[in-house]
Amino acid sequence: MTANYSDSQPLIELQGVTKVYGIGQAAMHALRGIDLRIYEGEFVAVMGPSGSGKSTCMNILGCLDTPTDGIYIFKGVKIGQLTRSQSALLRRYYLGFVFQGYNLLSRTSALENVELPLIYRHVRSSVRRKEAIEALEVVGLKEWKSHTPSELSGGQQQRVAIARAIVTRPTVLFADEPTGNLDTAKSHEIMDLLTALNRNHDMTIVMVTHEKDMASYAKRTVRFLDGMVESDEKNGVK
Amino acid sequence: MIWSTLLLALREIRRNVMRSVLTILGIVIGVGAVITMVTIGGGATAQVRDQIASMGSNLLMVTPGKRLGPGHSSDSVLFKASDGEAILKDVNSIAAVAPVSSKNMQAVFGNQNWSTRVTGSDNQYFRVTNRSIRVGRQFTDSELRAGAAVCVIGETVCKKLFGGHELLNENIRLEKLSCQVIGILEAKGQNTMGMDQDDIVVIPLRTYQRRISGNKDVSMFQVSVQEGASTEKAERDIRLLMRERRHLSPSDDDNFNVMDMKEIAKMLTGTTQMLTALLSAVAAVSLLVGGIGIMNIMLVSVTERTREIGIRLAIGALEREVLMQFLVEAVVLSSFGGLIGIVLALIGSFILSGMLNVPFVFNASIIVIAFLFSAAVGVIFGYFPALKAARMDPIEALRHE
Repeated sequence: MTANYSDSQPLIELQGVTKVYGIGQAAMHALRGIDLRIYEGEFVAVMGPSGSGKSTCMNILGCLDTPTDGIYIFKGVKIGQLTRSQSALLRRYYLGFVFQGYNLLSRTSALENVELPLIYRHVRSSVRRKEAIEALEVVGLKEWKSHTPSELSGGQQQRVAIARAIVTRPTVLFADEPTGNLDTAKSHEIMDLLTALNRNHDMTIVMVTHEKDMASYAKRTVRFLDGMVESDEKNGVK
Repeated sequence: MIWSTLLLALREIRRNVMRSVLTILGIVIGVGAVITMVTIGGGATAQVRDQIASMGSNLLMVTPGKRLGPGHSSDSVLFKASDGEAILKDVNSIAAVAPVSSKNMQAVFGNQNWSTRVTGSDNQYFRVTNRSIRVGRQFTDSELRAGAAVCVIGETVCKKLFGGHELLNENIRLEKLSCQVIGILEAKGQNTMGMDQDDIVVIPLRTYQRRISGNKDVSMFQVSVQEGASTEKAERDIRLLMRERRHLSPSDDDNFNVMDMKEIAKMLTGTTQMLTALLSAVAAVSLLVGGIGIMNIMLVSVTERTREIGIRLAIGALEREVLMQFLVEAVVLSSFGGLIGIVLALIGSFILSGMLNVPFVFNASIIVIAFLFSAAVGVIFGYFPALKAARMDPIEALRHE
């Protein structure tokens, strides 16, 4: 069932990862032993109904959460129980995030929002500005750089969020239901943008979605059900 | 990084100007009140200290009556000039004794009219009260012996009657007594009790007794003890001498009083300082309240900005970076409050010192202390909210609505 990339070293590998919330009688098994390999340059869609564990898995992959048990290997390095600071640094230097709710800083210009991750990387302000404008250009919002989120449409806000995620040229881009709050037309624009990033910039993308339409943009679809991987298959080229 | 954190804090404060102003109001009032209290108190203390220095060293006052306060005139026996002579002769280490009898009277010159205090004494009075004559001369022995109609006036009287001109040898009228001005005293300002010491006319004691009081009584003696000698001993000796001269039996209470002016002044300084400390302490409490206000608003701010904190943490901000962000914000807020408080306090105490007639004493150390204290209030009361922000779970924070 696993896709055929086993010839090279995976970028991300999960081995028997479980996640249990609560203890004893109240224990909730969100993940019941996940094995997953993601290779460089892939565009993976993670699908599944609510409560299937796809978001939990995403949070673990994104180092926002730690597994209860199992092994997580990132770039060939086994990262077990990281401290908060260690996972923060991992996120800072290797990972990019796009959320369903855009999560931009309100009353802050698009440019400043995009600059934010670079501030935590201690990039000089002149370089920071240049790179942020480049990222906004990639998502086609260069002209909107001084607008605040409230002055932008939902689609535009999500583009700013994508610009913020890619401005650091992360190793992996995690997108959690990036089109969840958008209408169909806007959703397809965002998906086109993600596809372009994957194709033209070799960006590895892991995207959680529950819409089949959106998943079909990815090269590969992993389906979750009840905390397990139900299926994992390559998509036809769209 | 520190610079960008500071800019971030400033921007966050500017974003909510109204709330920021209200937040720091407590600190503004606290710092302002403390500095004003200390400045005014310091001015009052300095004033009292100056007056002690100008009062003439080791001054004792011998007054009739049982004690200080009301009720000393009715059954008390007044002094005679000979009592003063006896003190000078029989008590060791006395530098000078000045008899003093005085009365409030109307002084008239031309069409000018001024109510002042007329004191009958002799040249020892100037020595004991540590005053010098600015223009003119003091009394001659013959004037003192004969009870001549001459007087030495204070600066205030000179201003009121002569319009500030030094009109020596002119005659002024003290009710029915017309007397010649032979000297003008060096200005001395207010005394410890807030009385104008320059509002005075001094005439020879004999003139006073004959022409004004009509008897041979002396209201009190001002005694100056020799430099370096014990005022306590002099005080005790004078008491014994006066008891003897007044034929008091051992069981009788004193029917006169010997007071050490320096002690009284020192007591006044002590009281002023204690009041300053007390009022400052009360004012400092408002600093504490101001700190709690800052903590309150910072907690609200942290809750309001939960999503922002979530974004920052998800992007890779370290716990201590988020902690610093909020801590710096609290410190900047409270320091702003401190600065505004300092400016207001300086203006306020400058105006107040003018109104209360105390010197404006600029105290740099209290300003530095108050500023550091306000910053410290920010650190102390900003730490808990900042820690709350830093300890957030990024997933939870991002989900927060």
